[in-house]
Amino acid sequence: MHRIGVFVCHCGSNIAATVDVERVSEALSHEAGVVHSVNYQYMCSENGQQLIKNAIKEHSLTGIVVCSCSPRMHEATFRKTAEAAGLNPYMVEIANIREQCSWIHKDIEEATEKAIVLARTAVAKLTLNKPLIAGETGVTKRALVIGGGIAGIQAALDIADAGYEVDIVEKNPTIGGRMAQLDKTFPTLDCSACILTPKMVDCAQHEKINIYSYSEVDKVKGFVGNFKVTIKKKARYVDETKCTGCGVCMANCPSKKGLNAFNMDLNTRPAIYIPFAQAIPNVAVIDPEQCIKLKTGKCGLCSMKCGVGAIDYKQQDTFVEREYGAIVVATGFKPISLENFNEYGYADNKDVITSLELERLMNAAGPSKGTLVRPSDGEHPHVITFIQCVGSRDVSGCGKPYCSKICCMYTAKHAMLIREKYPDTQVNVFYIDVRTPGKNYDEFYRRAVEQYGVNYIKGMVGKVYNENGKLMVQGSNLIDNEQVTIPSDLVVLATAIEPDPSVKDLATKLTISIDTNNFLTEAHAKLKPVECATAGVYLAGVCQGPKDVPETVAQASAAASKVIGLLAKDKLKGNPCVAHANEMTCTGCSQCAEVCPYGAITYENKEFRIGGGKTEKRRVASVNPAVCQGCGACTVTCPSGAMDIHGFSSAQILKEVEAICKR
Amino acid sequence: MQGLEKLMLERATALLQSGEVDRVIGWKRGESYYDNSPATFTKDNLEGFVYNGFCGANLSKYLVAESKKEGKMLVFLKPCDTYSFNQLLSEHRIEREKFHVIGIGCNGHLDINKVYAEGVEGILSMTEDEDNLIVETVYGEKRVEKEKVLLVKCETCKSKEFAVADETLVVGEMKPAKSNRFDVVKELEAMTEEQRYAFWKAQLSKCIRCNACRNVCPACTCINCVFDNNASGIAGKANSDEFEEKLYHIVRAYHVAGRCTDCGECSRVCPQNIPLHLINRKFIKDINENYGEYQAGAEVNARNPLVNYTKTDVEASEVVDGGDK
Amino acid sequence: MQEIEKKEKKPLIVAFCCNWCSYAGADLAGSSRLSYPAEVKIIKVPCSCRVNPIFILKAFQRGADGVILCGCHPGDCHYSEGNYRTRRRMGLLFSMLNYLGIEKERTRIEWVSAAEGAKFSAVMNDFAKTINELGENRRLEDLRCKD
Repeated sequence: MHRIGVFVCHCGSNIAATVDVERVSEALSHEAGVVHSVNYQYMCSENGQQLIKNAIKEHSLTGIVVCSCSPRMHEATFRKTAEAAGLNPYMVEIANIREQCSWIHKDIEEATEKAIVLARTAVAKLTLNKPLIAGETGVTKRALVIGGGIAGIQAALDIADAGYEVDIVEKNPTIGGRMAQLDKTFPTLDCSACILTPKMVDCAQHEKINIYSYSEVDKVKGFVGNFKVTIKKKARYVDETKCTGCGVCMANCPSKKGLNAFNMDLNTRPAIYIPFAQAIPNVAVIDPEQCIKLKTGKCGLCSMKCGVGAIDYKQQDTFVEREYGAIVVATGFKPISLENFNEYGYADNKDVITSLELERLMNAAGPSKGTLVRPSDGEHPHVITFIQCVGSRDVSGCGKPYCSKICCMYTAKHAMLIREKYPDTQVNVFYIDVRTPGKNYDEFYRRAVEQYGVNYIKGMVGKVYNENGKLMVQGSNLIDNEQVTIPSDLVVLATAIEPDPSVKDLATKLTISIDTNNFLTEAHAKLKPVECATAGVYLAGVCQGPKDVPETVAQASAAASKVIGLLAKDKLKGNPCVAHANEMTCTGCSQCAEVCPYGAITYENKEFRIGGGKTEKRRVASVNPAVCQGCGACTVTCPSGAMDIHGFSSAQILKEVEAICKR
Repeated sequence: MQGLEKLMLERATALLQSGEVDRVIGWKRGESYYDNSPATFTKDNLEGFVYNGFCGANLSKYLVAESKKEGKMLVFLKPCDTYSFNQLLSEHRIEREKFHVIGIGCNGHLDINKVYAEGVEGILSMTEDEDNLIVETVYGEKRVEKEKVLLVKCETCKSKEFAVADETLVVGEMKPAKSNRFDVVKELEAMTEEQRYAFWKAQLSKCIRCNACRNVCPACTCINCVFDNNASGIAGKANSDEFEEKLYHIVRAYHVAGRCTDCGECSRVCPQNIPLHLINRKFIKDINENYGEYQAGAEVNARNPLVNYTKTDVEASEVVDGGDK
Repeated sequence: MQEIEKKEKKPLIVAFCCNWCSYAGADLAGSSRLSYPAEVKIIKVPCSCRVNPIFILKAFQRGADGVILCGCHPGDCHYSEGNYRTRRRMGLLFSMLNYLGIEKERTRIEWVSAAEGAKFSAVMNDFAKTINELGENRRLEDLRCKD
């Protein structure tokens, strides 16, 4: 016998102003199976929850329906309430009479009737609910951080400092990421390397941190607390355990024409190289596309010169499988390709550069040793023009619709640094808006304008073209309402940033969602900014959305604290709303296994009694409840209806359909 | 046909004698020339073994039960039946090593009701020449144009290829069907919604819910069909109303979509002559046109288009609109 | 019972919404106070791929005049590929219903993200308008249930 309690919430006036709550609770009291039906001002409040608990005990309720806000808001709350009163938490159903009723309807009659239908539907479903018990799984006390930029480094250090093992997987030969390429950081203008490299060294020396550089995530299996990740260690043709990073190989390599990606291709590097002096690990890597020995079999100079015998031309990609309890994704960004922006003449003029290229040109360890020169002729530029929002806030489809967020600040930084170092230089900045909110940020920008005399021009640039060796920047000045053409020696494009392309593939492997701009989607925009909808996966840095270094570090620490919270647990409660096969009707056709995105379904040959003392061996499906995520793809594929899901059973959904359609 | 029957019997006898197979499944003569039914035979009893123009039944489905028995069985499969065999293999419903498959040539089987309609009764035996059947009857010899008396499924035969066979027995040349199997589906698609509704209402209202289509279907091998299972929410043994008729046939066709080899048995056995194959064929046509050509059972372990997808699949509404083209 | 009969019969629309995107989109429509007709009633499913054709047929059987499925945008499925499966399954099912003469406007799939409250409301308004214009579903209704 069902003994169902119905609890109608007023939500202050949020529900009660449009839904006649009294009528709803009265109508529901006549429903079959309902023995108790009341309404109250705030069901989620301490008092409201107490009222539910008391009713459960007093009326020996077997299940409750709470007519309130969306289950996304308070289902978990009311499940806890039920559990506290001794009721199985899955004997709770929510009728969403706020978001999907009172808030969208104005007519009280209409809204009340709909609320009654929604409540009846919840009661109908509840009559088929079964108490469910969540399974428990252990937690592997180790975290994986994907990406070794400042986000990954910060997250790894925080987790490791809490006493848990961390692996960093970095696709490049060194950790450090984009921040390692920067010259100075705003708003304090301290040297990027000076604050980053000590953290890199901390990572390398931390006994709990293990760095897989030049490696990628190949496969991900498992679930929160129990991920199994296959890491592909790309062949670097150098034995990491032997290489001392002395650099003799680099000096002797005859193939020196490789583009130096660390310097944004502004100069060249040998086929065997260490990306930069402070690389971690400080171990050489061979570019197989460029190495004469690997391409032709002849050469071998580096091997001959190497004092420790670290060169291994026969090295292959290797795969390691590691187990983790949690995963932090910190895959970072890259500047967008400028192929859609021919108007700025980037492809045709060496002296039209991106801001990240400028960072390298101004860096003491960069291709020009920190002296700002024109890439075309090595001359000192006297007029430098910056163009902001190149590809950002672009709804034409050529660029990105979002604001890249960091460009206003770094352009002000660039302008200021140039004016400081080369006071004879004229610096112009074309901008649409200047957006510099943040602690000491707007002050920073104003300093560029007021103290450093940077010429900010509100307006967009239509064209950059070369005329007699000068770059003519043609744009509009919206303040003076005129067209301007500025002859410049160097043009710097504040290029939009986008998530690293590797993130798409990774998102599929991790079954986490990605938005239309390829940013990873957090579980809740406000309340769960570092969590993913997939439990056990956390986000840090620009892979989630544009951010600067301080924000990235803050988010990385937040992600780390979530990971620490997870790894601190010894057991995790699973989601009991998972699929299960009815062995009596399963024919073993295997179609369900083919649609399962998690590989949760396996088959076994089982012995069944078929009457007359006989048995029969049949192939039947079996679901691993720890792996199943409860999507339900299998239930529809199964022609015999043998597959079903706890909490969303076919019978329950059909019952809901019937209740809704009952007039 | 008589030549083929002799060859089949010889092979069956030889394989039974040598012990390579323990049982044979084929067709057994009933009271009349045209009254043949699937039957199993053993070494000691091959009496009544027959193969003539009235052996349209697809033997594949019987193998689900036979596969559970000890020993090996010889099965005779016409080209179209071999697809069902493969599909059952893919779905782990039968074991390959339990069967010796002999593919037998086929130029279409006959519908006795169509033969009657041609005014031919009292059939004693038949022979063929080119496009005609020469029928010996108690009333003397009659000639009938073969095309006119073919089973519906044979009119638009989908293949003369054996998808699987350990050996084949073919006498003479197998000729491809004259009409395209999707022609009638296209005609229906060209109608207005009202016309289609009227057509199917007229057809499906004839359904007496005898379940013959389901019981004969080689893709319907569930241990407990959803229509018999009270827990499914759609169980029912009778067509209580117009909806129920549609529900039954839509769900049945949907459950075999992507798995149906278009063997046509459903229409062959329907006592009410409902063209049920036109429902299955619509699914096949939609799959072919929207998700790539697919013939269930052509390959063992091929991925059923309904358990597959591509990221660039057309939207559902475009599949629907495709029918109006 | 008599009281109900007195009222004008309004169309009935069953909307299956996936938990992760569309149901959240519906919530956002609510919190943004973007109205849509009360005849739209939502059933929450974990993923659009949980929707069995039987559920849709049952809704029509019990007198629904339109059925709409909402899921995450292709590529955004919480379960990574569920909506791709839905797209195929429903493409075939809807095409079949139309082949049997059921008005194609009575069935629909829309991809609505958790951020698209406005889209959710617009879609439901539009679908309700379409169904209102089509009128009562007489071609797939269980006559037993009308009494």
